[in-house]
Amino acid sequence: MLAKRIIPCLDVKDGTTVKGINFINFRDAGDPVELGRQYSEHGADELVYLDITASHEGRKTFLDLVRRVAANINIPFTVGGGINELKDVDALLNAGADKVSVNSAAIRRPELIGEIAKNFGSQVCVVAIDANIVEKPEPTFRLNHPQWIPQWICFLNGGRISTGKNLFDWAKEAENRGAGEILFTSMKHDGVKNGYANEALRTLSLSLGIPIIASGGAGTKEHFRDAFIEGKSDAALAASVFHFGEIAISELKAYLAEEGVVVRKISI
Amino acid sequence: MTVAIVKYNAGNIYSVDYALKRLGIDPLITADKEILQKADKVIFPGQGEATQTMQYLKAHRLDELIVGFKQPVLGICIGMQLMCKFSEEGNVDCLGIFDTPVLKFHPQKQENKIPHIGWNNLANLKSDLYREIPDGIFTYFVHSYYVPVNEHTIAETDYILNFSASMHKDNFYATQFHPEKSGSAGELILKNFLNL
Repeated sequence: MLAKRIIPCLDVKDGTTVKGINFINFRDAGDPVELGRQYSEHGADELVYLDITASHEGRKTFLDLVRRVAANINIPFTVGGGINELKDVDALLNAGADKVSVNSAAIRRPELIGEIAKNFGSQVCVVAIDANIVEKPEPTFRLNHPQWIPQWICFLNGGRISTGKNLFDWAKEAENRGAGEILFTSMKHDGVKNGYANEALRTLSLSLGIPIIASGGAGTKEHFRDAFIEGKSDAALAASVFHFGEIAISELKAYLAEEGVVVRKISI
Repeated sequence: MTVAIVKYNAGNIYSVDYALKRLGIDPLITADKEILQKADKVIFPGQGEATQTMQYLKAHRLDELIVGFKQPVLGICIGMQLMCKFSEEGNVDCLGIFDTPVLKFHPQKQENKIPHIGWNNLANLKSDLYREIPDGIFTYFVHSYYVPVNEHTIAETDYILNFSASMHKDNFYATQFHPEKSGSAGELILKNFLNL
């Protein structure tokens, strides 16, 4: 049976792994290649490397890092951050990345998704979405929407700019345009370690025909189980709980197996 | 031992290069017919779309070259699919080494997400490619089309239905999964291929 995937996410800034707490206040968490190699040995199913400086401080290529990861690690990895056009994708894939994740650029120019899918295949194209529940929109916006009800809205540039796009509509559009997977980060849950946004994940998973990766909110092993069972996610991504050794991946997988979640065992 | 990787318009070719380097082999990535012909082992890897890759192989006359190889050949992912007779992906005729079609996955229920992405088990393992590898081992898959179980099948995987995770016929071997991305299990499979 297809296993649920555990994916450590390594946010990279200036060649070092960092993790934001609600997208601000970075804490150092080590060398990205070494960290990735250790995760791989401990049973991580995939890795995500995000160049978090890219989209708002200008494009800094981390191609060298991507090459080092590809040379040293024998499980798949996705890279993201600052991918704006097809030639960025081409360079990252040529450096050895298995998939790319696009976020802000895809919202600004949705055609990018189709271009990636057509040129490199859907399986390469992960569409990352940062969304938050908006209880009350800006006053000017509210004038036009007096009946506003709280809803999931997508944000750009690491959560700085609201797009007004509804999460579920945008995810469906991304799928139709050729996305291979959706990586959904709940900004409300991210960094607070109180569990994933399971209700929204479930809605996404039930309405889309492509895999959903849960992101934002992991604090305990139970949170992973809930993301898989309640949230119906295909994969769960987390950062700080792994980086700071709060949860060991091998123990997490043993726990999930006991709870009836299919996970990959490393038997060789 | 010389190992050559067929260079063509498919992605993920360099992952195989890296994986072999981790095993101490420095492969040649080439479309040069003479080098490919002389190599002790040939790997035909990649991710891509059937119509475009077949067009490229034909345009560069790599199609007839690959079919004529006598040394052990390992097709990976799209490489395996291109070694089949026909693909529903673009309804294109392929190399015809394995007398089987490549079909599109049709989801049967909501949780049947496509592409089939992730780690899945291998069952009914046969052939020296799987020496010392236990049934049930997990390997990494990424694909939307599949090869049905047939007389050449040497490993099966269950996703939506039982399909060919791997095939073997004469000197031709193939895996739908990516051994180069399948952790230590994948490394062992690559080693087994190199030792054929």
